[in-house]
Amino acid sequence: MIVNSICLLTSLASPNLLAFSTAPLAHLRPLDIAVIAIYFAMVLWIGFYLKGRSNTGEEFFMAGREMTAWIAGLSFVSANLGSLELMGWAGSAYQYGILATHWYWVGAIPAMLFLGLVMMPFYYVCKTHSVPGYLNLRYGGQASSVAAFSFAIEMILMSGVNMFAMAVVMKVVLGWDISFSIFVSSIAVAIYVGLGGLRSAIFNEVLQFVLIWGGALLVPILGLVQAGGVSGLKTKIMANMQSMTSVHGDSYFHLWRDTGSFAANPMGVHWTGIVLGLGFVISFGYWTTDFLVVQRVLAAHNLRAARMAPIIGSFFKMAVPFIVILPGLLGLVLLQNPDGSRRQLVGEDVVAACSVASASGKLDNSAECSAAMAKTTLPAAYQQKVLAGDPNAELHTYNQALPLMMVRYLGPGLLGLGITALIAGFMSGMAGNVSAFSTVWTYDIYKPLIKKNGTDSHYVLMGRLSILFGVIVSIGAAYLVQQFHGIMDYVQALFSIFVAPLLAAILFGMFWKRATALAGFLGLLLGIVFSASLFMWVKLVPSALASVALSPDAKPMAENVFRALWAFVFTAVVIIVVSLLTKPKPVAELEGLVYGATVLPKEEPVPFYKNVWLWAILAVCIFATLNILFW
Amino acid sequence: MHGSGIPIWFFIGVLLVTYGLMILGYGVYEWQTASYPAGVQLTNLHTPVWWGGLLAALGLLYVVKFRPGRA
Repeated sequence: MIVNSICLLTSLASPNLLAFSTAPLAHLRPLDIAVIAIYFAMVLWIGFYLKGRSNTGEEFFMAGREMTAWIAGLSFVSANLGSLELMGWAGSAYQYGILATHWYWVGAIPAMLFLGLVMMPFYYVCKTHSVPGYLNLRYGGQASSVAAFSFAIEMILMSGVNMFAMAVVMKVVLGWDISFSIFVSSIAVAIYVGLGGLRSAIFNEVLQFVLIWGGALLVPILGLVQAGGVSGLKTKIMANMQSMTSVHGDSYFHLWRDTGSFAANPMGVHWTGIVLGLGFVISFGYWTTDFLVVQRVLAAHNLRAARMAPIIGSFFKMAVPFIVILPGLLGLVLLQNPDGSRRQLVGEDVVAACSVASASGKLDNSAECSAAMAKTTLPAAYQQKVLAGDPNAELHTYNQALPLMMVRYLGPGLLGLGITALIAGFMSGMAGNVSAFSTVWTYDIYKPLIKKNGTDSHYVLMGRLSILFGVIVSIGAAYLVQQFHGIMDYVQALFSIFVAPLLAAILFGMFWKRATALAGFLGLLLGIVFSASLFMWVKLVPSALASVALSPDAKPMAENVFRALWAFVFTAVVIIVVSLLTKPKPVAELEGLVYGATVLPKEEPVPFYKNVWLWAILAVCIFATLNILFW
Repeated sequence: MHGSGIPIWFFIGVLLVTYGLMILGYGVYEWQTASYPAGVQLTNLHTPVWWGGLLAALGLLYVVKFRPGRA
C-alpha cells in the first residue's frame, strides 16, 4: 500500500474499534455466505490447478515469465488495490473531498509511466529476480543485503498487519470472530500461494480486480442516482459542509486550487509537498522500486509486455477514484441515522472514547466521550443520545463510509459480492506480501548468504517452506498487534522509512555511471537511519511536524510527504559525495544495468496501436485532462 | 496468460457466470414476491436483476472465448 495511507489505515484497523460494542454493520444471508464460500473454493481450485505448473524456480518465483501485458498490468495495479486502500481512501474522501484523489493520479500515474517507458528495460534486460537482486548486480552484496533484509521484514510484518486489519474489519462489519478470520484467511493464502507460487498470487490478484469492480461499482452508480447526479451531489455537499468544517465546502471539489497554503484546504497540505513529496519521491519510490509491485511486471513474457503492463495499469488506476473517492463523497450527503437524520461519521478516537462497557448500556466513560464529541460537529441532541446509551445513536468512523454505503444499496447476493471483494482484497494483499517475501528470502538472503550451490528444486522447496514460515510469522504478528496496539504504527512506518533512500539508490544506480558500490551501500544505510530518525523525532516530539513540513499549519498527512522528500535529498547527497571520493566500476561492467552503458534489445516492429509510446501519450493526455477538469 | 493451460480469464468467466446467475435468480424471486430486504435503498430499480444479468452475460462471454482447448 502506498505510504500515505498509513494514518488512515492505522485508524481503520485500530483494535480500539473493537471496544465499541455496536451491532455489526451488515447481516449476511445464506445467499451471501454462498457467494463467499464459492470464492474460497475458486481460490483453492486455482492453487491446486497451478501446482503442476510451478515446479522450477523460474515458474514458482517468476510465474515462468509468461504473463501477458494485460495480466501483468492488472496484477500490477491490483497489488495496490487492497481493501485497506478502498476503505481508507473512501473515508479520506469523506473527510477531505477529492483532494484524496491525488494519491491515485499525481501520486501514481507519472511514476507508472516512468517505470514502463524508462526503467523497465533495465530491470528486464538484467533478468533479475527482485529489486534487491538489481542492487546486487549494480552495487554489490552489501547494498543488496540491506535492501533484502528491510524488504523481508517489512513484507512479513505487513502481511500480519493486513491479516489483523481484515479480522478487525470483518469483526466490525460482520461480527465475525477475530481468530476465525485470521486462521481461515491465512490457511487459504498458505495453500494457494504455497502450491502455485507467484502465478497463483497473480491469478488471484486479477480475480480480485474483477471482483472489486463487480462488487463496488454499484455503490457510486446507485448513490449518484439517489443524490440527483453530480450536480445534486455538489449542491448537497456545499450545503452540508458549511456546518461541518471551517474550510469552504467548495474546496471539496478542487484538486489544486486551494493547495497554495496549508490552511486553505481540508487536508492541510501544500502543492509543493504533493508534487515533490507525493508525486515524485513517494510515488516513484513505491511504483518503481517496491518489489511487491515490480515483481508482477518482471513476470511479463517479453520486454514489450513488461513495458506495456504499467501503462495498461495506469488507465485502470485513473478510474479507481470512481469506486473509492465517489462513494466517500456520496456518504457525506446520503448516509442516514436510524431516525432518518443525516449521519455524521467521526474519528476513530471519538468512537473509542465512547465505547460502551457497562452491561446497562450506559457509558462508563461519559466525560471522556463528551469531551471527544465536543470536538466534532455532531448535533448536540445526538451527542446527548450517545451519552444516554440510546441504541439508535450509533457512532461510526470515517473509514466505515464504504461498508455503510454498501449496506445501504446492496441486498442479498450483491452484499455477499461486495464483502467477497473486500475479503479478496485483503487476501491478495497477504498473498502478495508472502510471495514477495518468499522470493527475496530465497534469492537475496538464503542463496547468497546461506547455501550458494543448491539445486533448483532445493530453492523451490525453500520457497514453499518460506511461504509457510511467512504465514506463521504473519499470524504471530497479527496477534502481536492485537496485544500491543502501538506496534501497528511502527510496522506501517517501515515502508515509509525505507522507500525514499531506496528510490535514490536505484535512480542513481540506473542513471549515473559514476555511482559506486560503497556510495550505494552507505547512501541506502544512512538514508534509512536518517528517515527513521525523522520519524522518531515527530513521534516523540509532535511539534516537530512543523519543522519537518516547514509550516505550523501542516497536518499529519503532510509529514510522510515531506519526510520522504528530505530522506531522498539526504540519500542523494551521500551517494554523490561518496561516489566522487571513491573509484567507480569500469563502464564495461555496467552493461545491462545503467543508462548509457546498455544497448537495449531491438523490439520487433508492431502495428501502431500496439506501440508503447502511443498508449503512454494517451494516458498523459487523460491524466492532464482530469487534473484540469477538477483543478 | 501466455502459453498453454487454462487461462485466468476462463476462471473469471466461470465465477462471473455463477455469481451472475445466483444474483439474477434472487432478483427475479425478489421482484415476483415483492419481498424486499429492509433498509436497502432503491429497491424499485431491481438492481439484482440487471446487475446479475450483466455479470452472467459478461462471464459467459469469457467462458466461451477462453474455454480450454479452444484454438
